[in-house]
Amino acid sequence: MPINFIMVAVGAAFGVLARALTTNWIKRKWNSTFPLATFIINMAGSLLLGFLTGLTIDNQLLLVLGTGFMGSFTTFSTFNVENIELLQQKKYLHLISYLGTSYVFGIVAVFIGVAAGDAVT
Amino acid sequence: MYYVFLVIFGVLGALLRYSIGLMIQTDFPLATLLINVAGCFLLAFLTQFLNGIPNFPKKLVSAIGTGFVGSFTTFSTFALESAELLNLSDYIGAASYILTSLIGGLLACVLGYRSSEILLATGKGN
Repeated sequence: MPINFIMVAVGAAFGVLARALTTNWIKRKWNSTFPLATFIINMAGSLLLGFLTGLTIDNQLLLVLGTGFMGSFTTFSTFNVENIELLQQKKYLHLISYLGTSYVFGIVAVFIGVAAGDAVT
Repeated sequence: MYYVFLVIFGVLGALLRYSIGLMIQTDFPLATLLINVAGCFLLAFLTQFLNGIPNFPKKLVSAIGTGFVGSFTTFSTFALESAELLNLSDYIGAASYILTSLIGGLLACVLGYRSSEILLATGKGN
């Protein structure tokens, strides 16, 4: 289905831009050792993907907003590289809190998002 | 110009993710797990390796890393799939998925860095 690929591509184009711009903006605003930018992006994206899942929207819209936008907006590779950097800098407390909060709050955010989406529908 | 490359690489990464997801359709979220772990290796490897090549444009390394690999891997789908496994009361599945992602992702980064170090050292030796 070529149309599906176009849907994913359109969403991804905006998602990757949103990630880059949000990262730059957060890094300018709060210069912290804790990788706040990726953390906020991943949590917001998990909440919104949950919300989209809770709303029963049409499959192609889900490809644009879910697979395309949220899929490219959030990222797993940078999150892990940032953790390795914290490990190399011996910032163990940051490392544990970044890993712990990302995994726990990410999944909790999905549940909250789904519940909110269900409530709206 | 940087943002043009970023968007192109980002779209390609997302399309590869989507294609792999179409090819691997299992109850356990294997597609995302493989994508995310492979992407961790790639990001660490490419960033260090390309930055180790003299005169390789730093902006291009960033566009490939942030764009292609960043969009290839995803956190939101991982969290959604974990929540779905928990919702199905498949606690073993959820625990396996979360733990393999956590450990696999970190190990893949370390392996990526090591591999590029070895490759760059070999290149300098010749």
